Amino acid sequence: MQQGTFRVKAGLAEMLKGGVIMDVTTPEQAKIAEEAGACAVMALERVPADIRAAGGVARMADPTIILRIMDAVTIPVMAKGRIGHFVEAQIIESLGVDYIDESEVLTPADDKYHIDKHQFKVPFVCGAKNLGEALRRIGEGAAMIRTKGEPGTGNVVEAVKHIRMVMSEIRQLQSLTNEEVFTFAKNIAAPLELVMEVKRLGRLPVVNFAAGGIATPADAALMMHLGCDGIFVGSGVFKSGDPVRRAKAIVSATTYYNDPKILAEVSRDLGEAMVGIDISTIADHERMQDRGW
Amino acid sequence: MKIGVLALQGAFREHCLMLDGCGTTAVEIRKPEELDEVAGLVIPGGESTTIGKLMVEWGLMDKIKARVAQGMAVYGTCAGMILLAKEIIDSNQPRLGLMDIVVRRNAFGRQRESFEADMAVPEFGAEPLKAVFIRAPYIEQASQNVNVMARVHDKIVIARQDKMLVTAFHPELTKNDVIHKYFISMIKE
Repeated sequence: MQQGTFRVKAGLAEMLKGGVIMDVTTPEQAKIAEEAGACAVMALERVPADIRAAGGVARMADPTIILRIMDAVTIPVMAKGRIGHFVEAQIIESLGVDYIDESEVLTPADDKYHIDKHQFKVPFVCGAKNLGEALRRIGEGAAMIRTKGEPGTGNVVEAVKHIRMVMSEIRQLQSLTNEEVFTFAKNIAAPLELVMEVKRLGRLPVVNFAAGGIATPADAALMMHLGCDGIFVGSGVFKSGDPVRRAKAIVSATTYYNDPKILAEVSRDLGEAMVGIDISTIADHERMQDRGW
Repeated sequence: MKIGVLALQGAFREHCLMLDGCGTTAVEIRKPEELDEVAGLVIPGGESTTIGKLMVEWGLMDKIKARVAQGMAVYGTCAGMILLAKEIIDSNQPRLGLMDIVVRRNAFGRQRESFEADMAVPEFGAEPLKAVFIRAPYIEQASQNVNVMARVHDKIVIARQDKMLVTAFHPELTKNDVIHKYFISMIKE
């Protein structure tokens, strides 16, 4: 019997596909998410929109919050640790959390290096804006990738930009000859073996979710059309007027993304969406997507 | 032969690839009427609460039960096994409830305890089967009419009742298609 193998780590992400993972800050919210059909929850002290508003240094959540959320639901529970902060990750692993997000939503703890994720039994998910970044994270041991988007904005444009970039680079890679692939790998600063694998598969070797700015059922369906395997909703549910209805609607929209009639039906009477932020009004140093190396 | 794969949430892509590789035609099922044209149905791994709720909301629960009553074969992996069980310990979640088994969810533990193991299954030949268990359930009790086909750590992980087959693990995450071939032979019986 072997535990913590890459197949087991990446396998859980395969089981989450086509589903919605929701940010929650209390056991009550976690139960609402589970009841609405979330396939997992992300246990947090504050949702990204509040982290953005609060400023300062954002860190791993209090273990009590994570443990109470784990007790409240039967679906998988994820938690965020800071980029490079392997001790936060060790603490989260010791709690028995099912997935760790080494996340740019929190303030990075290391300005050069990410965590060596191969050293952990629990799997990691990491954000990426392009193919090179995704493959560097997978090389470090990430078993799941998500777009970075721009968290806490309720604005899907950056997530769209990131998935379009990844898909376009994969298509470009597939048209290259072997000698061209060596230089392609160098140019995107990614491990050659993983670049070769992507060329062979025609997709990332692990599951790739959308994250960072998804606020409506239509946003979720758009990201699925563009090639994402599933959806993270951060602030979009519990910063909206009617979290229960919106959460259920986003779950259905992720399954039926290809059916505009169903999308119209589930998009009706959802109340206020979260207030969005125009990306151009966010100063460069406040853009979370630029965190990560 | 067309075989449906319930595509509401979870690892349906891998089952489709495996069925296509076995020479059958996999059809993704999201709507009740799509069940009319398939000879069998795979319910994949995923989150059983998510899949169950979507089945109720979009009218698949009753339709699948009706098709099984007409003789359609079903194969459930992991979440699919939970959804086919009559009894799920400590849960009142929506289910098909067609098999006379009592299932415990996340029975081997959380993700940290997920594992792969080699398993001998006489029905599937001499070669041991690589089985991948992810937050997996097991069958705690099975009625007399259920054929228990394999155990791991003394827990039931493969079982068959009439034209229903369940595994607690994920053959679709490996290259071994022996269970999918067995399911195809069940459909033809």
